[in-house]
Amino acid sequence: MATPMDTTVATPVEWETVIGLEIHAQLATRSKIFSSSATAYGAAPNTQANLVDLGYPGVLPVLNAEAVRMALKFGLAIGAQIERRSVFARKNYFYPDLPKGYQISQYELPIVAQGSLEVVMEDGTRKRVGITRAHLEEDAGKSLHEGLPGVTGIDLNRAGTPLIEIVSEPDLRSAKEAVAYMKKVHTLVRYLEICDGNMQEGSFRCDANVSVRPKGQEKFGTRAEIKNLNSFRYVEKAINYEIARQIELIDSGGKVVQETRLYDPDKGETRSMRSKEEANDYRYFPDPDLLPVMIEQSMLDAVRRSLPELPDQKAARFASQHGLTDYDAGVLTASREMAAFYEDVVAKVGKEPKLCANWVMGDFSAFLNRDGLDLPDSKVDAAALAGLVTRIVDNTISGKIAKEVFEAMWAEGKPADAIIEAKGLRQITDTGAIETAIDEVMAKNPGQLADYRSGKDKLFGFFVGQVMKATGGKANPAQLNELLKKKLAG
Amino acid sequence: MSALPIHARTLAGLAKGLKQREFSSVEITREFLDRIAASQPALNAFVTVTRDAALAQAAVADERLKAGGAPALTGIPIAHKDIFCTEGVLTTCGSKMLSNFVSPYDATVVARLREAGTVMLGKANMDEFAMGSSNETSFFGPVRNPWNTAMVPGGSSGGSAAAVAARLAPAATATDTGGSIRQPAALCGVTGIKPTYGRVSRYGMIAFASSLDQGGLISISAEDAALLLGAISGFDPRDSTSVDSPVPDYTATLGDSLAGVKIGLVREFFDKGLDAQCEARIREALAVYEKLGAKLVEVSCPNLPLSVPTYYVVAPAECSSNLARFDGVRFGHRCENPKNLIDLYRRSRGEGFGAEVKRRIMTGTYVLSAGYYDAYYLKAQRVRELISRDFANAFGECDLLVGPTSPTPAFPLGAKTADPITMYLNDIYTIGANLAGLPGMSIPCGFADGLPVGLQLVGPHFSEARMLNIAHRFQTETDWHLRVPAAYA
Repeated sequence: MATPMDTTVATPVEWETVIGLEIHAQLATRSKIFSSSATAYGAAPNTQANLVDLGYPGVLPVLNAEAVRMALKFGLAIGAQIERRSVFARKNYFYPDLPKGYQISQYELPIVAQGSLEVVMEDGTRKRVGITRAHLEEDAGKSLHEGLPGVTGIDLNRAGTPLIEIVSEPDLRSAKEAVAYMKKVHTLVRYLEICDGNMQEGSFRCDANVSVRPKGQEKFGTRAEIKNLNSFRYVEKAINYEIARQIELIDSGGKVVQETRLYDPDKGETRSMRSKEEANDYRYFPDPDLLPVMIEQSMLDAVRRSLPELPDQKAARFASQHGLTDYDAGVLTASREMAAFYEDVVAKVGKEPKLCANWVMGDFSAFLNRDGLDLPDSKVDAAALAGLVTRIVDNTISGKIAKEVFEAMWAEGKPADAIIEAKGLRQITDTGAIETAIDEVMAKNPGQLADYRSGKDKLFGFFVGQVMKATGGKANPAQLNELLKKKLAG
Repeated sequence: MSALPIHARTLAGLAKGLKQREFSSVEITREFLDRIAASQPALNAFVTVTRDAALAQAAVADERLKAGGAPALTGIPIAHKDIFCTEGVLTTCGSKMLSNFVSPYDATVVARLREAGTVMLGKANMDEFAMGSSNETSFFGPVRNPWNTAMVPGGSSGGSAAAVAARLAPAATATDTGGSIRQPAALCGVTGIKPTYGRVSRYGMIAFASSLDQGGLISISAEDAALLLGAISGFDPRDSTSVDSPVPDYTATLGDSLAGVKIGLVREFFDKGLDAQCEARIREALAVYEKLGAKLVEVSCPNLPLSVPTYYVVAPAECSSNLARFDGVRFGHRCENPKNLIDLYRRSRGEGFGAEVKRRIMTGTYVLSAGYYDAYYLKAQRVRELISRDFANAFGECDLLVGPTSPTPAFPLGAKTADPITMYLNDIYTIGANLAGLPGMSIPCGFADGLPVGLQLVGPHFSEARMLNIAHRFQTETDWHLRVPAAYA
């Protein structure tokens, strides 16, 4: 029996999970969506909040055109319908971090409607995820409790920061799919340079709507909304917890209630925040301080021209041009920087793009991860990695030795050639030298030789190992195989 | 040289006198400040008088006048309705909620008038948050009508209108959401202009109903209004609803002939609710226009009678949201010792807002609520569209509409406070222009039992120049606008 604590729980076959995500991506504009205050993260509380952000009497919002352009970029990138006329609405509720008593958002008429993204899962399956809408809105401020005993502080630096809220269709069927989709959106917004994607700082976060239903049933189950998930890991864990909680609840005769829940990463569980009955009536209505946003064809054309090569286009190109699998192409194009790095390596090596891909995705990525480094801080740059791969390609070293060289490159910051020379790792390709080594090994192991010759083919590996050991691993593997086969045959 | 005392002069007359060094800005500023001080017990037209600052500004103005080349309004003292934010000066909006609010910035209207050289005398009293038609909802007490202090001055710009009527200031800024410039102008016998929605920036004008609010002026004459309107009009990048279209010289066309001008009489304005004496004054005014060569045509705006109920859905809806920011957290009134957040909200707002404001917040909250939005707010917006279309059709047949501003002259204090509906019906002739975003004026056209009667003009969008011309020509034929209550003559 799966317990809610078990976050790797598999959904029992008779249940189907239905998930929709609302992703909030903070747009990378320099100033706020309706005021001229800066949006930079980490400033002292309330130093980036002007009278408009503070909701002073008499102030008015003025729309930041850059935020509109960024929303259009996103809309075009997901093949969405761009609404030529969209309307800002007020979402009314009282909260100390909401200075005006309403949030300016888009409600009935969002700027982006009906688009989709395709995600490729690890096993190569493709899935199209519908995007219902994406709308512009302002963020609220933050309530501060730490270090303020007995009172609540309010920091309005974030108030008025532009967000695009990306609402998916309930097309996702597992936590893994949800994460794959969220990663895809994350990749896309960074490609488009409309969001820095920094999840720790809250620049990219999501709410997950989760429900379960008996497999085959068309009607959706009652959903719970898990608020404010700001890491891919939390998304996966929170959703899996929630699935297990809901199934267990139904199995034990209970009913899922529509409510908002919070994920507690320390306890690994979701907790009820407020029920549907307690939900606010937001009294949305069009904001009379702002004119409808009208998108001219010329603006749309200009934004279209400014679009970079998108992740899917790049992945398709990598797959066909470099002969990569769809999954590998997807991994290499997950960030613009990684894709550029890979292409740089391929260009410098000049051939074997598949081998280059293996190195970038393999040891190189593993070392970055191990040391918790971002690509620009890597100890080995594209030229150095290309230098190493070139030495494999030209048979100077074997793939196996290359791993050793790479580790030294990472540690010492020296080019591959210097390490190969210093450690004498150059591959032995001289037929005579390899033959001498084979002869010595055969002479030392007459018993094994006899067994081999009497039909114990498996001993071939033993001889390869012995010769490699004798040559310090430097014998060219292909040559060794060929020569050894001949000699053993007698 | 005119023998008129300073206070009796129009703004144009004062500007001329200043230019000709007949008197200094400090002299006239002091004169008006003294009149304000003397009138306060009887009229209560001001919430704040900025005496020292005014005299300092006047002294600076005198220097500029001496130096030459100063803008036309340099040294002219004026009052600002207390709805306009004024940097470093108390800005109360007539409410206890903002009774301690010193604005950190100037409204665009205030800044533009300052740049034009005017001197600020103080902040005029008003209905709380501009919600009222009698100036009785002010936290700072009612304003009284200078023609008869038992009577209301109208509202919400009652302080501005009373101040100009009693010649405490030659002109004052004002705002009009449903008639708040025109109705008090009519009741106090002064000239009031509400420009086209979007003509004057709303930045720094504390919002009541954003889609209806429009800043404007109260003055002695249409000529004075033309001088001031040029200074406050024009696009403001800080107000997205301000319109980016050139501002004409409103004084240039004041004297244009009215020959052939078609004046429309809206049938619905001459209903059974209109006081007989008021109607008589309006008919007399129409005769003046005929004499000036204008042609009278009857037009109809069949949906106009729906303007009051439409307004009382749209305006409260917007106000319920606009006034949410007054929560006791960042500025304004905060209750003593709040127990928790909800208590802070409840008591700060409960104590800070008066009864009429609360009534409108509640009405507005109701009409926007889930399940009622379509039946009230959406339907009202549709009717609003119909009313706009009625006006557009009417302007197909005439250049300007003329009719009464208010159904009756000023009424006694307390007469209508018990019944909000009766009070709301005071604005029955003025609200239509707000719903359609049209410019409107009220000019004095006579008296009924000793109380002023106002003639309302409503024009197509951005027809202010023509409207001022039509008002000015009337004022060259009549002197109703120059009449001053005996106590303030």
